[in-house]
Amino acid sequence: MTTTVSERVPTGPASDALLSVQDLHIRFSTEDGPVHAVNGVSFDLAAGEILALVGESGCGKSVTAMSVPGLLSPNATVDGRILLQGRDLLGLSAKELRAVRGKEISFVFQEPMSSLNPAFTVGKQIREVLQRHEGLSKKAAHERAVDLLRLVRIPAPERRVDEYPHQMSGGMRQRVMIAIAVACGPKVLVADEPTTALDVTIQAGVLDILRGLRDELGTAIILITHDLGVVADLADRVVVMYAGRPVEQAEVHELFAHPQHPYTNGLLGAVPHREKGVELVAGRRLREIPGLVPSLRSDPDECVFAPRCPRSTEVCVSRRPPLEPTRPHHPAACFHPGEDE
Amino acid sequence: MTTAAAPMSQPGPALAVPPPRQRRSRRLVKRFFRRRLSVFGLVVLVLILALALAAPLFGDPGRNDFSAVLQGPSAAHPLGTDDLGRDTLARIAYGARVSMQAGVMATLLAMAVGVPLGLIAGYYRGWADLVISRLTDLLLAFPFLILAVGLAAILGPSLRNVVIALGISALPSFIRVTRGEVLGLREQDYVAGAVADGAGDTRILSRYILPNAISPLLVQATVTIPEAIIGESVLSFLGLGVQPPTPSWGTMLSAAQGFLSQAPLLAVWPGVAIALAALSFNLVGDGLRDTLDPKAER
Repeated sequence: MTTTVSERVPTGPASDALLSVQDLHIRFSTEDGPVHAVNGVSFDLAAGEILALVGESGCGKSVTAMSVPGLLSPNATVDGRILLQGRDLLGLSAKELRAVRGKEISFVFQEPMSSLNPAFTVGKQIREVLQRHEGLSKKAAHERAVDLLRLVRIPAPERRVDEYPHQMSGGMRQRVMIAIAVACGPKVLVADEPTTALDVTIQAGVLDILRGLRDELGTAIILITHDLGVVADLADRVVVMYAGRPVEQAEVHELFAHPQHPYTNGLLGAVPHREKGVELVAGRRLREIPGLVPSLRSDPDECVFAPRCPRSTEVCVSRRPPLEPTRPHHPAACFHPGEDE
Repeated sequence: MTTAAAPMSQPGPALAVPPPRQRRSRRLVKRFFRRRLSVFGLVVLVLILALALAAPLFGDPGRNDFSAVLQGPSAAHPLGTDDLGRDTLARIAYGARVSMQAGVMATLLAMAVGVPLGLIAGYYRGWADLVISRLTDLLLAFPFLILAVGLAAILGPSLRNVVIALGISALPSFIRVTRGEVLGLREQDYVAGAVADGAGDTRILSRYILPNAISPLLVQATVTIPEAIIGESVLSFLGLGVQPPTPSWGTMLSAAQGFLSQAPLLAVWPGVAIALAALSFNLVGDGLRDTLDPKAER
């Protein structure tokens, strides 16, 4: 297992990034015409870093992550560059991509109840990945499977390893999925809404496990979520997406302290929170963002958030706001950046 | 699956280790044995199989005894004798071999061809699906028995050809059932997960899709076997199947036709045998369907 990935010397231009996504554009051709799902997303992921992709449903965050190991359906066109340690994944063959999937980049999906194969024990499913990617013997793979279940803090792993998914709770299954995902020591773990389907009491445990993986194995994590609480808890850096475009990008503390884009401000206003020392006020209304996410049929040359934006002016609909720093190391795509009141 | 939503809403103690539960297979067996009719079917089935396996114990089915022709049941011949003085019990027992073979082999043949075709059609879709599905429609346009009779007539009479004719006739239902299952299974989250883990098509089909499609296929098999058993009898009855003097339930029925007034029992025994064999498979199949029904799970 290679956990010290940062030692290797990448050959690509983004020198210190483990994964570098550059100017990613994803278009789906459908019967009703093209859908511009992702327009110009760029980010770097360093080893051991946790990067959150945040946004509403349909903003392109999952599609962005799925495109990295080539998991999109055949009707998707992906442009840009996706460099994993300098190697452009977009140029790989189907077979080469299969070797990357599960081994170097692996996924944890949202639905723990249906994401495990009901026909086999969880142990067999973990062994499966190990035997395929690592060529382990059955016995070695079994021992490793028990270790992995222990790593994701499943009690009595020696016995649990022989259980079927239907014998486990949702939280357990999510842990098993994480165990499968990290079985081969991936460099990048993509967690797509890993806690959304779980009870709040279990969510914290799963987040703890993810944090533990980063700390112990040095796994870089792309965290896809719309839950800003999860972001604040876990992420190092945040990319806020809106309608397929990145609108703001910053360190997590910087973003929460000084949100620049009105959409980010809106997201933060829509979260229940308590002020310093003040109890959560009953009856205090959460702010919602008026309007709906625009259709992705076109990629207009204007600010896509303008129709819902309280700060919008003529300039917002005349051209596209560039993603440029409005504070140090804190780019936002807005002509009127700043914090709400 | 809709049943999946229920356990999620329970704020159960996720970390507590539940008491060891029975393996799924044992629970399924238990559930099956709660159904009396299915157990009855299973018992009859086992008896017929035992009869077929122990056939030599019941004497030589070809030995003529012209001193005892068309006799009723007696100590020497528990089920009587036929028009050539042959022991009916021995012939029923040997006939069971033919019927079971024809039923099981034809079904296995249909599965061996139909399941892969169904997997390809359902998984890859596209033109492969188009071709396979239209072929299925074509075969389904003919009723099962008519198709079998036609094919047997072309192929010529023999047990092997009966198996082929019945196997082809049973093919479309296996393609349909498999394809339908695959269409649902390929959209499952765990299949998407397998792709994300780097699994290829072969592995996905063999490890993720086929194992989860086994239950309906097993049930389809228990429906097809009795169909094929009856089909074999029909073909043999019409002279398109097993040829005399090889005993088969169908040929026995056919021969008994001529002596319905003198020895009606001669037609009753193979008739009862066919009916019991078909019934027992159907009962077992019903039991399996109810036992393996995922909605009955949990």
